[in-house]
Amino acid sequence: MTQLTHLDRLEAESIHILREVAASMQNPVMMYSIGKDSSVLLHLARKAFYPGPIPFPLLHVDTTWKFREMIAFRDALKDDPDIDLLVHINQEGVEQGVGPFTHGSAVHTDIMKTQALKQALTEHKFDAAIGGARRDEEKSRAKERIFSFRSAQHRWDPKNQRPELWSLYNTRIKPGESVRVFPISNWTELDIWQYIYQENIEIVPLYFAAERPVVERDGIMVMVDDDRLPLEPGETPQMKKVRFRTLGCYPLTGAVESEASSITEIIEEMLRTTTSEREGRAIDKDAPASMEMKKQEGYF
Amino acid sequence: MDGYAAPEFTNIEAYLDSQLEKSLLRFITCGSVDDGKSTLIGRLLYESKMIFDDQLASLKNESKKFGTQGEEIDFALLVDGLAAEREQGITIDVAYRFFSTDRRKFIVADTPGHEQYTRNMATGASTADLAIVMIDARKGVLTQTRRHSFIVSLLGIKHVVLCINKMDLVGYDPDVFEEIEADYREFTSDFGFESIQAIPVSALAGDNVVTNSEQTAWYDGPPLMEYLDTVEIASDIQDKPFRMPVQWVNRPNLDFRGFAGQVISGTVKPGEKVRALPSGRSSTVSRIVTMGGDLDEAVEGQSVTLTLADEIDISRGDVICADQSPAEVSDQFQSTMLWMSDSAMLPGRSYMMKIGASDVQMQVTEQKYRIDVNTRAHEAAKTLGLNEIGVVNIALDREITFDPYNENRRMGGFIVIDRMTNETVGLGLINFALRRASNIHRQAMDVSRELRASMKGQKPVMLWFTGLSGAGKSTVANIVEKRLAALGKHTYALDGDNVRHGLNNDLGFTDADRVENIRRVGEVAKLMIDAGLIVLVSFISPFRAERRIVRQMVQEGEFIEVHVDVSLEEAEKRDVKGLYKKARAGEIKNFTGIDSPYEPPTDPELRLDTTQLSAEDAAEQVIAHLQNAGLLTG
Repeated sequence: MTQLTHLDRLEAESIHILREVAASMQNPVMMYSIGKDSSVLLHLARKAFYPGPIPFPLLHVDTTWKFREMIAFRDALKDDPDIDLLVHINQEGVEQGVGPFTHGSAVHTDIMKTQALKQALTEHKFDAAIGGARRDEEKSRAKERIFSFRSAQHRWDPKNQRPELWSLYNTRIKPGESVRVFPISNWTELDIWQYIYQENIEIVPLYFAAERPVVERDGIMVMVDDDRLPLEPGETPQMKKVRFRTLGCYPLTGAVESEASSITEIIEEMLRTTTSEREGRAIDKDAPASMEMKKQEGYF
Repeated sequence: MDGYAAPEFTNIEAYLDSQLEKSLLRFITCGSVDDGKSTLIGRLLYESKMIFDDQLASLKNESKKFGTQGEEIDFALLVDGLAAEREQGITIDVAYRFFSTDRRKFIVADTPGHEQYTRNMATGASTADLAIVMIDARKGVLTQTRRHSFIVSLLGIKHVVLCINKMDLVGYDPDVFEEIEADYREFTSDFGFESIQAIPVSALAGDNVVTNSEQTAWYDGPPLMEYLDTVEIASDIQDKPFRMPVQWVNRPNLDFRGFAGQVISGTVKPGEKVRALPSGRSSTVSRIVTMGGDLDEAVEGQSVTLTLADEIDISRGDVICADQSPAEVSDQFQSTMLWMSDSAMLPGRSYMMKIGASDVQMQVTEQKYRIDVNTRAHEAAKTLGLNEIGVVNIALDREITFDPYNENRRMGGFIVIDRMTNETVGLGLINFALRRASNIHRQAMDVSRELRASMKGQKPVMLWFTGLSGAGKSTVANIVEKRLAALGKHTYALDGDNVRHGLNNDLGFTDADRVENIRRVGEVAKLMIDAGLIVLVSFISPFRAERRIVRQMVQEGEFIEVHVDVSLEEAEKRDVKGLYKKARAGEIKNFTGIDSPYEPPTDPELRLDTTQLSAEDAAEQVIAHLQNAGLLTG
């Protein structure tokens, strides 16, 4: 008899969740961040509705500061007839010239990501936004439901979450309210990489080590992806063999020196490393509960 | 102190393959406040080398700021994720944690101990295979221990690890350990646990967590981690009959019609006979479709898409079952219910129930008793408050497919949703169906409503004539029925006067009675539609809401609202039965148009102004409408 592996069970659970969203929500959307978790989520969505097309659009909230290779990877999806890709940019933020260097990472993330996301959800009247967050990423995420309720103001109330029993998800909301849905909640980082390996899923090349121009700031290696990065006096970009463990806005994402140029080498490197995945992200460092606060305000 | 340690391997591919063979164990930890649950989980994560250097550094930082262990690392801070939890040093919500050993991957639900968080505990228990029950060695079995263990058993967990913690604080005394274990075994003797393993531990000091402690040389059992790694969780869910609730009907084009869902129990293969419930129609599985290619077999746990050999009507919420051992179908149950809301459960109130992929309306018809979660005594009570458990009878607005919870968790567990707030307010476990007939499987009704209608060469519709008394509803309906009969159509007329003399002779003219009057007439008319008839209903039916309800009882297009429109002055002038005169004189109360409102239809299919039209011309318009809508041809 067929024996299911750990990954088979995680995959089946995620597909069940994706089908529940499609069947019970009026106007769902899948958040597409271009990262490896998004690649896995997209693959799961294709599987869930095969041989039919994915019955909801993808939405990328573009902060205008993503790596160029990420944008190229994203734009390649536009040729896929089964995928309806939407891109949203906070135009007010662009007009005000908001960016991580001029306004700092906190303001930039709030305006170009959190506010932009809320704008897009409100504008398209999406009642469900599917995201690739995992419970092993961060402590407040470990306590979030798979179907996570949001008020009409897109706020999360961690102390008043709907109990989630068995695999029954309460999908009922009032007009204006919405849910964020996290189909890969129970996956770990290692599960994601193993699945990418097993299913041969395409990911952005930035995850693989290559010679890239970087400068080192506050102990974080920042890639000089375009000429918007203001170089400090005496600072010159160095070519180093680096890769990225997570992807976001390039000035806020730290590179790690690496020789890993294949999925198996990445996994091998990951197993040997002693720091957690989010360490390269500036966003979590401010205060112990910073992710929880951002989530309450509507950040994914 | 050491944090994360890389696993030993030489060949990464071989290592990855070995990782894939790991099994999965989901468990829950429960215990009272300060028994040390979070500390134990933090210890398990730490000892299984799942904590990275940067996490360890930030843990050390936070331990100084919020920790309850002085200069020592407070492992509880690893799992208490919400700001309020860290500040108050308690667990509020279920936290899910992940760790693995060489043999297994674990998903841990860490749940709070306070009585006010019983619902969170039940949430964690609903998906767990095993429970770790924590007991403080100094305190022994407490009321909370009884409550936690009862909920664990209620939700169907069969394996318990009794962690008798803080052994360091009782001098590692074997007598204390043995006495607590004996106490625990005694009070859980009828809980249906298949295994109970008691382990003396100190989560703080690490005794018997990963390795056997020298402090407890008298203990000859395994340490906790070893036990979790090796305990046999015999699951017979693969061997149970095949069940797959349909989540999604996949119809990308006219040539493909697949039923997508997750297999809840059993297995299925192409060529096997299956039965769709509640309809009862049987067919054969043609293909098991996945993106990676068709499968020879689908087993419990897999999310698949089935295609069937016959075109039978299956929609979301139906359950595809093994043909020879199908599930039960009923609309009335006895259920054990745990209430999870501040607003009490009220018998008679309408709630939503979600079970499998079905959403149905439910009512508690009767509460049998409440169970004291601490003593398990049965108490008389009419309602259930927050965190209370009771046994109730439930009625649904339609039949659902189920198995009793103790036979199949996902086929018998449901949640209750408040219709106003949309909050999840309760959980329930189906014990058994109340209608005996449910065990007799209905054969699919081959004589369908479509067949009955086509035999009569017509499409069944409900012509609903509404309007003031004296507007001419019955007169027009009478002519329409004669014309239809002349065309060879099968009809029946329901009239306000004749129905009120029979079926509804117990009803008066208050608003509540008018509502009930219309509801009954609507139900009767609906049955006649099912029989394939053209039904002509002539009722004042003054309220829009009730007319809308009747419209929703039948399929789209089957309800034709005909407003027989006349002004009150004209109706009163005609006063064929002399009723307006009596009403004006105060001899009849609640008379529509006089001292009871009439709400005219806002968007009727037909409006007949009988001050302009003769009754014959009005009837002709009705017939023309039916012909134009193609309703008079089979």
